[in-house]
Amino acid sequence: MMLSAPGPSRNLPQYGALLVVLLANWLLFPDFFAIRLQDGRLFGSLIDVLNRGAPVALLAIGMTMVIATRGVDLSVGAVMAISGAVAATMTGAGWGLPAVLAASLAAGLLCGLWNGLLVAVLRIQPIIATLILMVAGRGIAQLITEGQIVTFTSPALAFIGGGSFLTVPMPVVLTILVLAVTALLVRATALGLMIEAVGINRLSSAGAGVNTPVVLVAVYVWCGLCAAVAGLIVTADIRGADANNAGLWLELDAILAVVVGGTSLLGGRFGLVLSVVGALIIQAMNTGILLSGFKPEFNLIVKAGVLMVVLLLQSPTLTLFLPRPKGARPMGAVKPPVAPPPVAPKSGGAKP
Amino acid sequence: MTASTTPPSAPLLAIRGLSKAFLGVQALDGVDFTLRHGEIHALLGENGAGKSTLIKTLTGVYQRDGGTVALEGREIAPRGVEEAQRLHIGTVYQEVNLLPNLSVAENLFLGRQPMRWGLVDRGAMRRRARAILMPYGLSIDVTAPLGRFSVATQQIVAIARAVDMSAKVLILDEPTASLDAQEVAVLFKVMRTLRSRGIGIVFVTHFLDQVYEVCDSITVLRNGRLVGERRTDELPRFDLVAMMLGRELEAAAHRIDIGPAEVDSRPPLASFKGFGKSRSVAPFDLEIRPGEVVALAGLLGSGRTETVRLVFGMDRADQGEATVDGRPVRLKGPRDAVRLGFGFCPEDRKKEGIVGELSVRENIILALQARQGWLKPIPRRRQEEIADRFIRLLDIRTPDAERPIQLLSGGNQQKALLARWLATEPRLLILDEPTRGIDVGAHAEIIRLIERLCADGMALLVVSSELEEIVAYSRRVVVLRDRRHVAELRGGEVSVERIVAAIASETPNTEVRQ
Repeated sequence: MMLSAPGPSRNLPQYGALLVVLLANWLLFPDFFAIRLQDGRLFGSLIDVLNRGAPVALLAIGMTMVIATRGVDLSVGAVMAISGAVAATMTGAGWGLPAVLAASLAAGLLCGLWNGLLVAVLRIQPIIATLILMVAGRGIAQLITEGQIVTFTSPALAFIGGGSFLTVPMPVVLTILVLAVTALLVRATALGLMIEAVGINRLSSAGAGVNTPVVLVAVYVWCGLCAAVAGLIVTADIRGADANNAGLWLELDAILAVVVGGTSLLGGRFGLVLSVVGALIIQAMNTGILLSGFKPEFNLIVKAGVLMVVLLLQSPTLTLFLPRPKGARPMGAVKPPVAPPPVAPKSGGAKP
Repeated sequence: MTASTTPPSAPLLAIRGLSKAFLGVQALDGVDFTLRHGEIHALLGENGAGKSTLIKTLTGVYQRDGGTVALEGREIAPRGVEEAQRLHIGTVYQEVNLLPNLSVAENLFLGRQPMRWGLVDRGAMRRRARAILMPYGLSIDVTAPLGRFSVATQQIVAIARAVDMSAKVLILDEPTASLDAQEVAVLFKVMRTLRSRGIGIVFVTHFLDQVYEVCDSITVLRNGRLVGERRTDELPRFDLVAMMLGRELEAAAHRIDIGPAEVDSRPPLASFKGFGKSRSVAPFDLEIRPGEVVALAGLLGSGRTETVRLVFGMDRADQGEATVDGRPVRLKGPRDAVRLGFGFCPEDRKKEGIVGELSVRENIILALQARQGWLKPIPRRRQEEIADRFIRLLDIRTPDAERPIQLLSGGNQQKALLARWLATEPRLLILDEPTRGIDVGAHAEIIRLIERLCADGMALLVVSSELEEIVAYSRRVVVLRDRRHVAELRGGEVSVERIVAAIASETPNTEVRQ
């Protein structure tokens, strides 16, 4: 594991895995790479993977930074439900699109703020702190929708889920946008360095004068915002808010995407683009299993298998038996040898 | 004090020629230790002396490489804490190793609960628990969770448990470290009671006053070797400190007098009045002037580290006030200190200093970047300039600035941490044991660097166990003992002998210990 070695070779496992899954899909379904233009919008299985993968990719972007601080945010699925409920209910009540979007994003921001304060100020373990909102969030969403599945007919809001911009589906456009803004935010400022420093050693970072509480609150707030955008997409797509099922279990997919993308759950170095690649690998597997005609139940088992392989590769016990590249960690280091990608040079061209 | 039933030829515990090595490092090298019946025996030594290795070998945590351990003349070799307990050796650690969420009675009988018909007999357990604690003057609710009581009470419960499990040898590993004066007095009463019952107590502590208050004998270790065993009443304090620090010193230097040394008229950069934190370090006054090196000297656990942590805001003082440039300041955390132009290289580099996986460059610019705030990133090229400059200036041995700092040697990590603070151009740099665990070459370089830095007008506050080092670079030495500042040496007064004498001196107000 050569942290200092530049170049794309380090990220080969993730890109390789995506390629393998796509090729497998192509073998099962020869039309997989076929793309056609219809009514000014691109269609095809590959576009489907991107489009359907957008919510998890958005969650993974926010989750990456939370995990980089050695935390985790279990509440993102519930936050999706809240933001969707706000959007659908307000649209139903006759509010215009700008107010609806602002209110939904504000809901996500507030959720993130709540999580961040619990973790940074009250020093509750992230997994427990965010579990609170994971459970309570669905209740809040149901209170907003008054227990109903709220549907709406506003074409403006529906455009976010089903529309397209320059032939590209809106969910994909929004994901790219959020990715670019996030990359700019963390790599064009010193925030990325501070996130990594806090994740690797909170005590040392605080001792060097890093404002650790603010860094922690910031990542949870951003994670909440990303979840709110994902919630808007899902709600706009089905033209309704289902407080019970919107974003259900997606927090686990998001964590999986981040881990597959190579960011260690022990915090530290993170790569935003690779997390999105991780999300696409997961979606490509979902699509492949659907196309192959297997039962959807297999999906879960395959996902579990991939998670197992990734975690085994990160297991400190197992890595003792694997060949150790030159210049690797000294003995006794417990961090996984799966290269936590450092400053991803490709992250939206946002190099300072 | 030897019990009459046992012949003097068979002491309670006789360790002879004990040796233990870890990965080629000789932690214990032919150490002898003798504990008699009804004796409180202090086991003393500085960092790396081998105290904990000796205790862990005795209690079966480690297996010895060589030597013999005999309990009442019978050779023993425990292979675990339980076996040591069966062999009548009980241990109580500083951090009480009982279960705070269980009741006092349950803790006392954990693993050996009185049973009736296959069930725990709670009534009997409570009755016996009360009976066990009675001799210790402890009448508490034995059904309440242990964690609800003070550390002192918990410690006495732990002692009671060990003694009740028929301990003949009781090892107390720094039991007084987090107790206040009153609690210490209670503990000492318990220890004296046990002594009168013929139990032998091994007492590990950093407080010399406590050694002289309660111990019959003293064994001093240094660097894994036995320095000597003496009776407490035959060993003057000065000689004891000299034994611990490993110096042959002239007795003539015993007397310390802080004369009217030259008075520095410059206004202090930072000054602390009545600054302190209860249970950490007693209130102290401290002034630091620009371009000055102030050293803190004292034995391990004397409050040196605690003092500098308060000054940098790593721990929060609960009394006293701090002023910088004559203005009162608040030190709520390291961020406040960094903003005031302070820097701090902690003693535990790995845990509190370096950010292991980040590169040398990122570690060096971290404090500067933190002070500028996240919105004003230091451009990559400027970062590389800063890193390269300090790598050259401090001769940090690394292939390049992008190497993760955790792959560097200890000395080079230390230099990178120095670079982190130098990059912020601090007005006051605090170094806690800057040369610990560093090879000889790097050691000399760091001392040269300290001298150069203060010549440049920066103030330095240095904690060090190396007295020669302190004498070499500081004009003012604050001496600490038992968590209080006891003396200050200035200018020509600064010498190894005087520092040792100050550490060993007896102050009349020992019982006012914080």
